Amino acid sequence: MSVVVQLSYFVASVLFIFGLKAMSSPVTARKGVMWAGVGMVVATVATFAHPSVGMENLSLILIAIVLGGAFAWYTALKVQMTEMPQMVAVYNGLGGGSAGAIAAVSLLQGARADEGSVAAAMGSDAAVLGLLGAVIGSVAFSGSMIAWAKLDDRLKKSTLVENHQWWNVALAAATLLLAIWVFHTGSGFPILLFFIAALALGIFITVPIGGADMPVVISLFNALTGLAVGFKGYVLGNLALIIAGTVVGAAGMLLTVLMAKAMNRSLMNILFSGFGAAPAAAES
Amino acid sequence: MIEVGGLVALYVFMLAAVAGYEVITRVPVILHTPLMSGSNFIHGIVVVGAMVALGVAETPLEQAIGFVAVLLGAANAVGGYVVTERMLDMFKSSKKEDG
Repeated sequence: MSVVVQLSYFVASVLFIFGLKAMSSPVTARKGVMWAGVGMVVATVATFAHPSVGMENLSLILIAIVLGGAFAWYTALKVQMTEMPQMVAVYNGLGGGSAGAIAAVSLLQGARADEGSVAAAMGSDAAVLGLLGAVIGSVAFSGSMIAWAKLDDRLKKSTLVENHQWWNVALAAATLLLAIWVFHTGSGFPILLFFIAALALGIFITVPIGGADMPVVISLFNALTGLAVGFKGYVLGNLALIIAGTVVGAAGMLLTVLMAKAMNRSLMNILFSGFGAAPAAAES
Repeated sequence: MIEVGGLVALYVFMLAAVAGYEVITRVPVILHTPLMSGSNFIHGIVVVGAMVALGVAETPLEQAIGFVAVLLGAANAVGGYVVTERMLDMFKSSKKEDG
């Protein structure tokens, strides 16, 4: 990879960290967003010079950026101030979905590579982190969409099935087993089942959580998406993704705890109160 | 090309996690939501990974999924930025007197 691309990623990483630092003080918050924005433009533009981004799929890349960007630009400008938390949930979910889709491409390539298994083609370490990132990204995607639907009053249910907690455990176990199957497989079918299970897990975890607790949960999914992006960075050998993703993962995790504390709740209470083990969320 | 080997990556993960934790330890409650939105914007960097993934995609299925990845990643970055800006705009007009 050329030095210019690497240096651009380095500059972007620095801008992200100092941007986030500036964002945590009221006086400098606006500057912080701007620095991070410059970092994003630098990294994105530099990526066009990345050796993997050849001519072949260039037009597809450009179309996708323009379509995705235009959709987000329009919806972000149009949304009411009071609806901001659910829009953050939507954009965060899209980021998680993007991390999941990147994982799907890597895993499919691993399965196709004629090396016998995904693990052999990608290397065990990259395969494990790829699968982990895929689960986290998929859960953040479907979970964020449920969070959006709840905050937007489109979904009022708080149970999908009887004995919700057992379904959650069963889905988590199924996702884990399917991940192990994908690790050892050379075909695409288990990859499909694996993503279905991971997406369902995100839905089942989020539905029982009350609307009043959603901002904390959105913050948690935000941290998880960051983590998933960090893992994708390892799979793709991209330091900018590792650094930005992990920084957001850690900052987001701390922010989630702080937000729960500001509501006088513990994170565990918010996450598991809907499962019936702890007292139900106070929503009166 | 700089290799990101296993151990080096482990160090980077650790240091980045410490940095992320440290930079926001003093955030006031009023900035919780804008900061959530701002960090949501920063993980929009995933679009860079998606561009690389689509760049190396070969089969039509991989191209389709890679296309979706770039689409979602770009929406994350752009939407995250605009929403954060709008939040801080409101913050400025209600909290600060000098323009």
